[in-house]
Amino acid sequence: MKILVPIKRVVDYNVKVRVKMDGSGVDLTGVKMSMNPFDEIAVEEAIRLREKGAATEVVVVSVGVAQAADTLRTAMAMGADRAILVQSEESPEPLAVAKILKALVTRESPDLVILGKQAIDDDMNATGQMLAGLLDWPQATFASKIEKTGDGIEVTREVDGGSETLALALPAVVTADLRLNEPRYASLPNIMKAKKKPLETLQAADLGVDMGRRLTVVSVAEPPGRKAGVKVGSAAELVEKLRNEAKVI
Amino acid sequence: MTERETMTFDVLIVGGGPSGLAAAIRLKQLLPDLAVCLVEKGSEIGAHIVSGAVIDPHALGELLPDWRDRDSPLTTPVTDEDMYYLTQNRAFRVPALGLLMPHLANHGNFVISLGDFCRWLAAQAEQLGVEIYPGFAAADVLIEEGRVAGVLTGDMGITRAGEEGPNYAPGMELRATYTLFAEGCRGSLTKTLMARYALREGADPQTYGLGIKEVWEIPADRHRPGHVVHSFGWPLDDHTYGGAWLYHFGRNLVSYGFVTGLAYSNPWLSPYDEMQRTKLHPLFRPIFEGGRRLIYGARALSEGGLQSIPRLTFPGGALVGDAAGFLNTPKIKGTHTAMKSGMLAAEAIADALAGKEAEPVSYTARFRSSWLHEELHGARNIRPAFAKWGTRRGALYAGFDAALLRGRAPWTLHFTHGDNEALAPAASSPKPAYPKPDGKITFDKLSSVFLSNTNHEEDQPVHLRLRDPDLWRPVNWDRFRAPESRYCPAGVYEVADAETEPRLVINAQNCVHCKTCDIKDPDQNIDWRTPEGGGGPNYPGGM
Ligand SMILES: Cc1cc2nc3c(=O)[nH]c(=O)nc-3n(C[C@H](O)[C@H](O)[C@H](O)COP(=O)(O)OP(=O)(O)OC[C@H]3O[C@@H](n4cnc5c(N)ncnc54)[C@H](O)[C@@H]3O)c2cc1C
Ligand code: SF4
Repeated sequence: MKILVPIKRVVDYNVKVRVKMDGSGVDLTGVKMSMNPFDEIAVEEAIRLREKGAATEVVVVSVGVAQAADTLRTAMAMGADRAILVQSEESPEPLAVAKILKALVTRESPDLVILGKQAIDDDMNATGQMLAGLLDWPQATFASKIEKTGDGIEVTREVDGGSETLALALPAVVTADLRLNEPRYASLPNIMKAKKKPLETLQAADLGVDMGRRLTVVSVAEPPGRKAGVKVGSAAELVEKLRNEAKVI
Repeated sequence: MTERETMTFDVLIVGGGPSGLAAAIRLKQLLPDLAVCLVEKGSEIGAHIVSGAVIDPHALGELLPDWRDRDSPLTTPVTDEDMYYLTQNRAFRVPALGLLMPHLANHGNFVISLGDFCRWLAAQAEQLGVEIYPGFAAADVLIEEGRVAGVLTGDMGITRAGEEGPNYAPGMELRATYTLFAEGCRGSLTKTLMARYALREGADPQTYGLGIKEVWEIPADRHRPGHVVHSFGWPLDDHTYGGAWLYHFGRNLVSYGFVTGLAYSNPWLSPYDEMQRTKLHPLFRPIFEGGRRLIYGARALSEGGLQSIPRLTFPGGALVGDAAGFLNTPKIKGTHTAMKSGMLAAEAIADALAGKEAEPVSYTARFRSSWLHEELHGARNIRPAFAKWGTRRGALYAGFDAALLRGRAPWTLHFTHGDNEALAPAASSPKPAYPKPDGKITFDKLSSVFLSNTNHEEDQPVHLRLRDPDLWRPVNWDRFRAPESRYCPAGVYEVADAETEPRLVINAQNCVHCKTCDIKDPDQNIDWRTPEGGGGPNYPGGM
């Protein structure tokens, strides 16, 4: 079984982003970028499947700017076998990414595509589903467990109030949720070795995909600052405040 | 225990600040085939860098003569500068600054974010083939038969209890013919090397300052790109060295900060609160009104200058940059000096490789005959004059030494003791009354640390240790009332149960790696060691 893992370079989860003064977006100058944490989980799962003997090859792919090559190197340092960088402008939209991935699936013919459930920069939660739709493959989103069965996979997914287990025929698309696993560190020796693993670079245009924008950002604003808490003197006052000020009861 | 892996290089560099990066670049320029590796404890290059910074491009021009064509971040030239002596409500501008204090003149210099500059230098180094590994701390020095043979990187995934956790990855042996220690001020491995090779013998004790910095975005109508302001005097007393800076740069950004000389004697003094309250002075307050604070950070700097520079080389390596103490203190500039020292050390390594010598000894001679030595020699008496005579008389001496003698005084003033020995007992020291933070211009420590993006893996051994925990109560508490709870700019040290059974709580995960506790603790009982690589602050661009 061959696994394709698409990964995205996003603002590091430790960074407190700030909105540009003119409200046109988030200020990304000089900000630390890393692999989307859900994608790290996807990479880890693919590597574990390979280590268990359920998969033979893990290929990582990223659609984005040239520096996304660093993110792909990190995935190879974790254990992915090789990488493909599809160069495009900053932050392509989910539909464009799904179309590019479809073109790569046709080229690479993986049996399984594991993606992060969403990217922490725009929280779109769309690429996996769109890819499955474009490919007309079965999909299991928000996976918290993936198990190889005879000729398919079983995926446990998190749903409201519990979990649900699906059986999927391959090829399939799975998106990874937080509890699927805890990704390993890329150790220094492995980072050094990853420098020598193959990384192929393609241009988005070469894959014949229309990268045109379909979404317009109207405005970006920071959440309103939290008001300082107040101490209440009695239960009655609390109820009064909840009813009349917070209007929650 | 899992086996450690080993990699061997020609030259290994510990630390990705200006000195380490300049050394790496110079090495590859001299010997393109050399295998040069650099490790940095920050999660990326620049993540742990705190500086002013007004930089003098002298060394950069020697290292990369075509730097102007390389899209460098030196985009804000210094346009004008002012120096003020402050009293509580007034500011007196030092007239004819260029004449009186020529050592401070900033013509031809640039206001930059040193973190961004390091990111850019790292890109230049990588283009030349330097292998750079951020996120890995050098935790121990490898010494074999008396010679430094490289370093061990820290283990990852050790639990707080000291056991191997599920994500355990053992550290690695990085071996090299020569290792350069470019850890910056008060390097943790540099410290062990100084002891092991008695490098400080014959040098004055080092004296330090703690710089605490904020980056603000201010309304465009108040922004004067390239304007540089320094102040001294209030709020510090005449016996405490230090002052504020305010540099306008980039797009509506200002770098504001405050340096407190760590030779201060009042254990109640809080460098953090001095920096906060100085913003309220009528000279500074209008700049901040209506602005927003973006980043916070802190870092110590070595202020001793020439007299405090230790022996620079030992078998298998050398010290470069602020780890050795090359800062030009009266100028508060250590970037060009750090870079130059890195370049000189690189040249000495090329000499040593050619002669198959264990110790890159020509570094010392190269330093002595360089402009770097001449510059530090000219500045050598100014900081000690402040130590000897206090701020006002020290400043007079500085003007006299620099303007009349042009740094060529036939005498050299000395430092007599370490900063840790300077504290007076708490009982006999006055308590300063610091204003409460207003949440608009001044802030509390925790909301500040939040803006340093500091993060340490929680489940790891505490990287700040008391060598002898029993000393804390009689020394730190009984005599000095826990000065660490005031000088630490990140609120790492807290005293619990002060009324009953006082004990020290160490919130190590907040540590911004400024190294002040390692310097100022009265009996040097606090030992700062590298935490898991990648931990610590994550200073963003602009810092
Ligand atoms: C508040 C302040 C203001 C300043 N203002 C100015 C100014 O305006 N102009 C100017 O020219 N200079 C200024 N300086 C001085 C200047 O910043 C320093 O002299 C210069 O940064 C020293 O460079 P360095 O490479 O020696 O060390 P650093 O810049 O400190 O870099 C050391 C690097 O090594 C890393 N490191 C340390 N130990 C380890 C380890 N064991 N393993 C791995 N990595 C490690 C650190 O994380 C860091 O990235 C200022 C300094 C401070 C603190
Ligand atoms: S614990 Fe020490 S090194 Fe860390 S921030 Fe506090 S004083 Fe600085």
